[in-house]
Amino acid sequence: MLTLECPYCGVKAEETELQAGGEAHLKRYGPGSSDDEFESYLFMRKNPKGVHFERWRHAYGCGKWFLAARCTATLEVFGTYSAQTKEPPADLQAKIKAKRPNWEGYK
Amino acid sequence: MAMRRYSAFAIAKEAMSYHLGWERAWGSPAPKKKYDVIIVGAGGHGLATAYYLGKNYGITNVAIIEKGWLGGGNTGRNTTIIRSNYLQDPSAAIYEKARSLYETMSQDLNYNVMFSPRGLLMLGQTEHEVRGYKRTVYANNLQGVATEWISPAKVKELVPIINIDGPRYPVLGALYQARGGTARHDAVAWGYARACSAMGMDVIQQCEVTGVRTQGGKVVGVDTTKGAIDCDKLGMVVAGHASVLAEQAGFRLPIESLALQAMVSEPIKPCMDVVVMANTVHGYMSQSDKGEMVIGGGTDGYNNYTQRGSFHHIEETVRALIETFPMISRLKQLRQWGGIVDMTGDRSPILSKTPVEGIFVNCGWGTGGFKAIPGSGWAMAELMARGHSPLTEEFSMYRFREGKFIDESVAAGVAH
Ligand SMILES: Cc1cc2nc3c(=O)[nH]c(=O)nc-3n(C[C@H](O)[C@H](O)[C@H](O)COP(=O)(O)OP(=O)(O)OC[C@H]3O[C@@H](n4cnc5c(N)ncnc54)[C@H](O)[C@@H]3O)c2cc1C
Ligand SMILES: [Zn+2]
Repeated sequence: MLTLECPYCGVKAEETELQAGGEAHLKRYGPGSSDDEFESYLFMRKNPKGVHFERWRHAYGCGKWFLAARCTATLEVFGTYSAQTKEPPADLQAKIKAKRPNWEGYK
Repeated sequence: MAMRRYSAFAIAKEAMSYHLGWERAWGSPAPKKKYDVIIVGAGGHGLATAYYLGKNYGITNVAIIEKGWLGGGNTGRNTTIIRSNYLQDPSAAIYEKARSLYETMSQDLNYNVMFSPRGLLMLGQTEHEVRGYKRTVYANNLQGVATEWISPAKVKELVPIINIDGPRYPVLGALYQARGGTARHDAVAWGYARACSAMGMDVIQQCEVTGVRTQGGKVVGVDTTKGAIDCDKLGMVVAGHASVLAEQAGFRLPIESLALQAMVSEPIKPCMDVVVMANTVHGYMSQSDKGEMVIGGGTDGYNNYTQRGSFHHIEETVRALIETFPMISRLKQLRQWGGIVDMTGDRSPILSKTPVEGIFVNCGWGTGGFKAIPGSGWAMAELMARGHSPLTEEFSMYRFREGKFIDESVAAGVAH
């Protein structure tokens, strides 16, 4: 059973309390952007077998969106953090790198 | 490998000699240095692609490379539902092609795939669903796919164990495809592997593709755990691992990989001889020849490559079905398992050229590609041999950019 700690209310929430929201840190593109950028924003998703950054909502708790770093090959959770960040926090990235030396880092 | 035909006569003959004369059904060769075509993935779609490359186009210098064992991916993990009652014309074309090829597959392959066109119902349990399915029936009639809308009374007649009165979701009718049904999933993989092997193709198991080699924008070969192998053309047919393979070749796909689970109950006496899907409550059920109730539901919500799913989804599926089939509430569940399905945004597959010359991709069948195996192989072989196929035209990976979706979110409303 997947358990994620909500960075806002501190509750260790199990899966049925949460709603998955797909890839985190998507860069939004609108009018004036290229076809490539718009297609990639709307449809192309990172789908790595390994380290993945995702959006989650504490749906049956505080109701807020937050972000999580997880391994899709083992279901290990590396950590959760606030949604008000442009990219994964440096200490979390370092922690992941220590556990997954072959990880190429956040791109 | 020469193939000895299976027949009643062969069984009788073997019966006289303690069944010691049966040969291996397919070879287990070491890879050659080079092939005309390499197919990555020995699931149903990869094997069927290879089979039709040989059968329809005479291309037999082919290797099918599999990291595990053949049919060990989603092909050996699905609930075997076969139907072609989709909404959009391009879907009807490829799924109905597949369904019609299933009708004669056992004869074509000389391998019993136990195709059982026992009839399939998709229950209408809300007004919206009823409207949606009636629309599908009209579309199917125009497409030449035989489906009809049937009344609740007819549903009850076909499925005596069903509860049509609710309480939450009474059965208001059903979309019925009389020639829909099931087949034995492993047999489909094994039958194709045997036929490919007999045509001189190499089915190479326990061999993982770890890299794709290109030169000047063109594919030249793959790196594998059994060494480098060259090829002129490469078909990527790896379902849940499509994104991983695409990344090795340097492009991206509009795919996300999710876990989908299924389960079977203890075997019981025959009680339901059709397939029933209840998409509003999210569950479906059929009875296997062994008597097990085969049950499936929806996917998990998050990316996952582990072939393990969440327990609460099983609970949800079972809860939904108990409401519609009260008698199953006392059944013990025997086994449960998961597969990694390759989901696209419009719930339709991708059969396409790619940014790399010579690489073709067949993926995105998601929760419902078992039914499509022969049609997909037929079309993919044509695409790889001739560079285009009328059946794959609309399924290009570039349709998302152009906004030309093939929206099947209603037809594929529940996983199957
Ligand atoms: C629980 C469940 C129930 C389902 N129910 C139905 C149903 O009722 N009806 C229906 O029509 N469909 C159903 N499906 C969907 C169906 O199973 C799939 O769409 C279909 O089997 C996909 O076939 P495939 O050949 O594309 O993929 P797979 O059978 O998954 O084959 C892909 C193969 O590629 C191999 N591979 C991956 N990466 C590599 C690599 N790097 N090198 C070498 N080999 C590699 C894998 O090991 C695998 O064997 C269900 C799926 C699941 C999981
Ligand atoms: Zn919270």
